[in-house]
Amino acid sequence: MRDAIPEFNKSQPGGGVGLSGVSLAAGTGTRTRKEIAIILLVAVVVIGGLEVLLRWFEVPHYILPPPSAIAAALVKEFPLLLPHLRDTLICLFAGFGIGASIGLILAAVVTQKPFVEKVITPYILILVTTPMLALVPLLILRFGFGYTPRIIAVALAAGPMVMINAATGFRRTDSAKIALARSYGASVLQIFWKIRAPMALPMILVGLMIGAIFGLLTCVGAEMVGGGFGLGNRLTTYSSMINMPEFFAVIMILSIMGIVLYVLFFLIGKKWASWET
Amino acid sequence: MAVATEGARLSIRGAGKRYGDLQAIADVTFDVGRNTILSIVGPSGCGKTTLLWSMSGLHGLSEGQVLLDGQAITGPHPEIGLVFQEANLLPWRNLMQNILFPWEVKRQKPDMAWIDHLVDRVGLKGFETRMPRELSGGMQQRASIVRALSLRPSVLLMDEPFGALDAFTREEMNRLVEEIWLETKTTIVFITHSIEEAIFLSDRVLVLSKRPGRVMADYPVPFPRPRSLETMASREVFDLTNRIKADIYGQTSLRAAAE
Repeated sequence: MRDAIPEFNKSQPGGGVGLSGVSLAAGTGTRTRKEIAIILLVAVVVIGGLEVLLRWFEVPHYILPPPSAIAAALVKEFPLLLPHLRDTLICLFAGFGIGASIGLILAAVVTQKPFVEKVITPYILILVTTPMLALVPLLILRFGFGYTPRIIAVALAAGPMVMINAATGFRRTDSAKIALARSYGASVLQIFWKIRAPMALPMILVGLMIGAIFGLLTCVGAEMVGGGFGLGNRLTTYSSMINMPEFFAVIMILSIMGIVLYVLFFLIGKKWASWET
Repeated sequence: MAVATEGARLSIRGAGKRYGDLQAIADVTFDVGRNTILSIVGPSGCGKTTLLWSMSGLHGLSEGQVLLDGQAITGPHPEIGLVFQEANLLPWRNLMQNILFPWEVKRQKPDMAWIDHLVDRVGLKGFETRMPRELSGGMQQRASIVRALSLRPSVLLMDEPFGALDAFTREEMNRLVEEIWLETKTTIVFITHSIEEAIFLSDRVLVLSKRPGRVMADYPVPFPRPRSLETMASREVFDLTNRIKADIYGQTSLRAAAE
């Protein structure tokens, strides 16, 4: 999975908003057998210790169920949760796809004209810094309880994150490299695809990763606000019935989704953007 | 209409370039002979790079013009190759992908026989799939020279290509340029801070003045090639070095001593 906690303190020059300094290539090479053994041992001690402590002190299930109960609930409830997982994934991918596409195109276009960028950036900043969850009740009023308000909310959360980071990437022009392409008669389009885009790629991937995780956050939040489906809806349902093992089983699924998203972009970054480190 | 001198490959006629209030170069006129190497030296900020970029067609002049075989240059020209300061390789491409970049831009099938010959010639065989960051500065600059030569330009403009390299690597690269020139007889315009490098490589050395850059001296370098260590250590080379230094630093006492 991952080798190190991403570096959030490494800010880029003229950096984008958000966690724009996340390193996508934090890999530190292969692990030895001994290291793997220690990592597994720590996991066993933490989870087993939690189990023992919770039972020892007889902590009630509605405060924190022991790991074994969560695992059992996960197995038992999983078939019932599967359609909700599907709904959440549909909202996440549709919203992220729309938001990220618009964000990328806007970033590529806007950075070509510094003046346009100056005019547009404040609005993007507002979109980035305002929690889009706040809009969900309004969206539900307008679009009902279906997929639409959720997809819009996810797109609004992910798009600006992608845009602001991608714009940072596209702004990193290297006049010598552009001159190189021009000296061979490259067209504006060729310069974009062969110089600007690959140069921006590491920052684009950071934007996509943060956008996807913000999208997941907004998606689950929107599901909690209204509508009868989705993993977020399960969270409110289970907690209102004080079904805590099932509640934590859903939390487990959500954190696995988050980790999968992170690892996905980490691997893409390692493959396509490792030249930067 | 300016007229090119007979036998000149490149003719620079009254070239001037302004950036706003800043006059980078002014009224620069000279010719570059066919199949010769011409070096341009001068103090920092005298407009050497501006001049070279104008010759390559990468940016226009405010006054005057550049003629290639009597034709005015208005944009990047396929006969003209450019080697940049530092290697200017694309870090996301491996060495061979970098060398093939110009072919890709031009959408032409690369001349692999010639490229392989060049790669072998500069000692990069076996490194084709390495990424630039895995290569030394000298190797990177050799790759960039191969990239420029792969299209067989008949004019090669080199913009302080070895400025970032250590002294030993630099001498090695100078020998390489000399060998390549002996093989291809490409017309070369070479910009450098190093007078020694300029004398070693060139048939002629131009000295540019402080900003705005003008041609203040033009020295032929008549020593036979290939230039040996003995030639480079000779009295004549020493004298020529001192004259050029005197021009650049404006130290008349040095010039008097040389003459």
